[in-house]
Amino acid sequence: MLTAHVAETAHSLAPAAQAVLSPLSSGMATLVTLCVFAPIVGAAIAGFFGRRIGNIPSQFITTGLLFVACACGWYTFIQHTWGGMADFTVQILPFINIDGFKSAWSIRIDALSSTMLIVVTSVSSLVHLYSWGYMAEDPSRPRFFSYLSLFTFAMLMLVTAADFMQLFFGWEGVGLASYLLIGFWFHKDSASSAAIKAFVVNRVGDFGFALGIMTVYWQFGTINFHEFFPMIASHQGQTWEFLGQTFSGLDLAAFLLFIGAMGKSAQFFLHTWLPDAMEGPTPVSALIHAATMVTAGVYMVCLLSPLFEYAPVAKMIVAYVGAITAIFAASIGFTQNDIKRVIAYSTCSQLGYMFFAAGVGAYQAAMFHLFTHAFFKALLFLGAGSVIHGMHHEQDMRKMGGLWKYLPVTYAVMTIGTIAITGLGIPFTEIGFAGFFSKDAIIEAAWTQHNTPQGMFAFIMGISAALLTSFYSWRLVAMTFHGKKHWEHAHDDHHHEVIDGHDAAEPDAHAHDDHGHHGHDHKPHESPWVMLTPLVVLAFGAVFAGVIFAPYFIGEKAHEFWGHAIFTGPHNEVLHEMHHITETWVKLLPLAVTLLGMALAWYYYILRPNLPKKMAANDGPVYNFLYHKWYFDEIYQATFVRLTKILGDFFWKVLDIKIIDNLGPNGAAWSALKSAKNLVKTQTGYVYHYAFAMFLGVVGLLTYVFWMVR
Amino acid sequence: MTPAIPNLLSIVTFAPLFGALVITVLRFMARKDDEAIIAKNAKWISLWTTLITLALSVVMLAGFNRADPGYQFEEHYSWFGPVSYHMGVDGISILFVVLTAFLMPLCILASWESIKERISEYMIAFLLLETLVIGVFTSLDMFLFYIFFEGGLVPMFLIIGIWGGKDRIYASYKFFLYTLLGSVLMLAAMLYMVNVAGTADIPLLTKFAFAREVQPFLWFAFFASFAVKMPMWPVHTWLPDAHVQAPTAGSVMLAGILLKLGGYGFIRFNLPMFPYASEMFAPLVMALSVIAIVVTSLIAFRQTDIKKLIAYSSVAHMGFVTMGIFAGNKLGVEGAVFQMISHGVISGALFLCVGVVYDRWHTREIAFYGGVTKLMPHYAFVFLLFTMANVGLPGTSGFIGEITSLTGAYKWGTWVAFVATSGVIFSAVYALTLFKRVMFGEVVNDELKKYPDLSLREIIIFTPLIIGTIALGIYPAFVFNITTASVDQVVATYQAIIGG
Repeated sequence: MLTAHVAETAHSLAPAAQAVLSPLSSGMATLVTLCVFAPIVGAAIAGFFGRRIGNIPSQFITTGLLFVACACGWYTFIQHTWGGMADFTVQILPFINIDGFKSAWSIRIDALSSTMLIVVTSVSSLVHLYSWGYMAEDPSRPRFFSYLSLFTFAMLMLVTAADFMQLFFGWEGVGLASYLLIGFWFHKDSASSAAIKAFVVNRVGDFGFALGIMTVYWQFGTINFHEFFPMIASHQGQTWEFLGQTFSGLDLAAFLLFIGAMGKSAQFFLHTWLPDAMEGPTPVSALIHAATMVTAGVYMVCLLSPLFEYAPVAKMIVAYVGAITAIFAASIGFTQNDIKRVIAYSTCSQLGYMFFAAGVGAYQAAMFHLFTHAFFKALLFLGAGSVIHGMHHEQDMRKMGGLWKYLPVTYAVMTIGTIAITGLGIPFTEIGFAGFFSKDAIIEAAWTQHNTPQGMFAFIMGISAALLTSFYSWRLVAMTFHGKKHWEHAHDDHHHEVIDGHDAAEPDAHAHDDHGHHGHDHKPHESPWVMLTPLVVLAFGAVFAGVIFAPYFIGEKAHEFWGHAIFTGPHNEVLHEMHHITETWVKLLPLAVTLLGMALAWYYYILRPNLPKKMAANDGPVYNFLYHKWYFDEIYQATFVRLTKILGDFFWKVLDIKIIDNLGPNGAAWSALKSAKNLVKTQTGYVYHYAFAMFLGVVGLLTYVFWMVR
Repeated sequence: MTPAIPNLLSIVTFAPLFGALVITVLRFMARKDDEAIIAKNAKWISLWTTLITLALSVVMLAGFNRADPGYQFEEHYSWFGPVSYHMGVDGISILFVVLTAFLMPLCILASWESIKERISEYMIAFLLLETLVIGVFTSLDMFLFYIFFEGGLVPMFLIIGIWGGKDRIYASYKFFLYTLLGSVLMLAAMLYMVNVAGTADIPLLTKFAFAREVQPFLWFAFFASFAVKMPMWPVHTWLPDAHVQAPTAGSVMLAGILLKLGGYGFIRFNLPMFPYASEMFAPLVMALSVIAIVVTSLIAFRQTDIKKLIAYSSVAHMGFVTMGIFAGNKLGVEGAVFQMISHGVISGALFLCVGVVYDRWHTREIAFYGGVTKLMPHYAFVFLLFTMANVGLPGTSGFIGEITSLTGAYKWGTWVAFVATSGVIFSAVYALTLFKRVMFGEVVNDELKKYPDLSLREIIIFTPLIIGTIALGIYPAFVFNITTASVDQVVATYQAIIGG
């Protein structure tokens, strides 16, 4: 099925001299410039003039420009994939240039970036459109659309960066947009706190990222990708001093950069911001916290494949962190009751899949899953938004049920999304939903490395997480669309009752979207067409993205498709091997666990809906541990947050005020001031006199000291 | 190269003083009951004087030869003994002159309505301050430098002491004591240097090789003065008090310009004149810098007073400057210069942001505010932009200074870069927490509803600052193109000496 081309990649490390163009030098250059900059134009218009031109024009302009960008993005992708267009870079403006620390504002077009262009612009334009309906009653719509477009711009800058500085610009730019959008309803304390949390946790990642950039710069004397990548192989085995320790230079750089990826992609330890980010409006969750921004970490690791291929330790860490996140997030996902949080943990878990794919060397599979995941996860989120919209801002799944009748289209597309994420398909054929192609590819890729500990670990975790994914995804569908209608009685009751042994009045359950429209007495209703159209489009993607693109991303055309964008080292033949797995059970196992998870969900939430409630009411330690998200927030609160406050107070009140001031100025100042006050009273002088007297004294003292020295 | 306007540098330096004299003369000529007219005239004269100074400094910048690392627009007249009137700017100092001239009209505008007493004296003090501060950057004679450097204290002392808040006496005293103590040491060192070298000329002193054994003493004497001005931890405690008590424009000048005198001094004196001592003491400076970055960021997080918070954040940001300078490489020093320029704009803007709400509600207590975004959306945009710039978000000038000085420091020692980079986390914590507490949430305090959003005057003040922050963030070459030649020379000389 796969040609021997893959092995050849090893020898084609040095990219061919790349065309560097100015924005107006060719039609293609202008087109990609337009693609990247159209969104920021929209953001500026809606942001600065939104109030003057009104809501509808703001929406129209931002969305229109996004569709323009989307068309440009698709044209670029099509030209690159089928039109034989070569890689190129558009250089817009020099940025920094000191001593080889050189960066330019650029648009880098290759297989990776053109793939990201279509992912970002497609999902973003659909989310813009969807928001016409979802945000219809919000008073600050221009601001919302401006932020959405700002985000899109930053994300496009990120994916088209030609050097680390622009990558970092996009990286923190999307962080800013994320901060603004999570805190969009800034009057809510929970929203603005979540926004800060997202920004700060990402900064922890960026701390590593920045150190990684510095490590690369001082090792290689450049931060430009095209200059950096060809040098890597020759730096193999070189050591690097860092914090008094000696490391392998390449491993250290890769690891530090990966910390940035962990923050952005909410991996284990730095994941805590993602569930809280659900405070933002649901379209934001779909665009930023599912389809695009959070995948930036995966994108970075794939982009830096030339580095990671020569950094075996860092690569191993990537595999472990990814595998742990996949299972960890899934384990939390199946105890949560907030519909958005379940999907958030699911995202976290799927990102884990992508990372361990990259960690075992299957960057192509990681990118493929990133691609298909964008469609079905955006679909699931926007579908959840449609449910929330239809349920008048209810997000607690325990208060839903039986909705299929009231939201038939949403039900249909959510089911498609669920089938796609659980990866249903028929093994040994080309028939299946998007997730079937990409997720099974990842699990198979891990299996090809089962002779390494991280490969085996990733494989086991991947299979286990697949079981949990299937279970919590179908649980979501069952609790939301099937069973008893819990909303009929509970709805006018504003208090969150103790339904399953847990007081729902904890912060989680309060994370409701609140977009200012109230209608407690209405029945759930289907969403308007502006919301359903994007859902249907995404549903098509969720069904067909896998079967159409599999040959290009991971199949026989992969080598030609990726070109120089993804590098695989001399011993990396994962892509080749995964198509030649002889063990039939490896191919069948993902399907088996998926069906098992589905059956369990069906049993627990449709046949015996009282069982989970009883289990929850039992308050068992395992349940509690999972329900409280492994107590990560509590631990961080008790350690880092508390320590910061204590230290801050200590440095301020003890060190600054008690020690420094009392030893220094206050000793002298206070006494002088006391007498100065008396003198002011008697009108004989002012503080300057004392200053002058002191001045003379010190001069005298010093003259003496220097006399002695000489 | 002959400048188009003869003695342009002296004109730029003394133009504000001339304006101050005009105000003084008019004041003496006017009758006592014309107080309102005097005040009005004083304001307009100051505004025009500062605008003309700005225009002249821009003319000078336009005529500046970027490729020449040496001094330009030089004027040299012997005065008495070893002292001479020697003026000149290089790629490092010219930007500070322009920065001063740029911030000054904004300061005048910011004081337009908030200062109600002794307006003409206030304006005179500011114009005097401008001349003295520009003089620090343009003088090439050590004693001339000293006169300007110390002279600058006096108007600032008066601005805090007369137009300040309720604890202004304590604050101005603390300010004076701290800075004086350092200055005295510096003066003594200068006397010694003139004795040994026989000249007070800065370019000549730079070439004079001071004996290795005395360098530590001289270095330390200058360091004491500049460290207080920066201010570096642990001699920083005057700054929060001075800021809290100073009127808004006073804070802008303090944070925007006066804090840069220390960093400028390090690059002009410590690094080139005492290279051995600089290398020897670099570990000390690095340690104090990273302590400043981490410790004052943590302190900032716990503040309840908006101005104090921003003052502490200034100390942290100055830590990047000292760290970059004593890293002693191109990235470090260029980053430090950039960080100073950028911080001048950003911190100035942040203090103006505080001024906006202080003018309205006369309190800086964070707890008083909340939900201001809803009432003042334009202000929210401005404040957010500068908060983000302060946090060092890429795309703003704050980022460029931080990343370049950090990268420079990494070469000096990875521990330094490691600890200092953690500052980017803490700065996000305190800055975003402040923004949340003041701007987000519901409007709980009805007092807040009494006043409108930014006025036209305030928008005019912020516009150039916004443009500056973004322009330097996207195209930092505006600064680097000018500084590179001079900085590279300083760094090359330094490295040649300590390397050899």
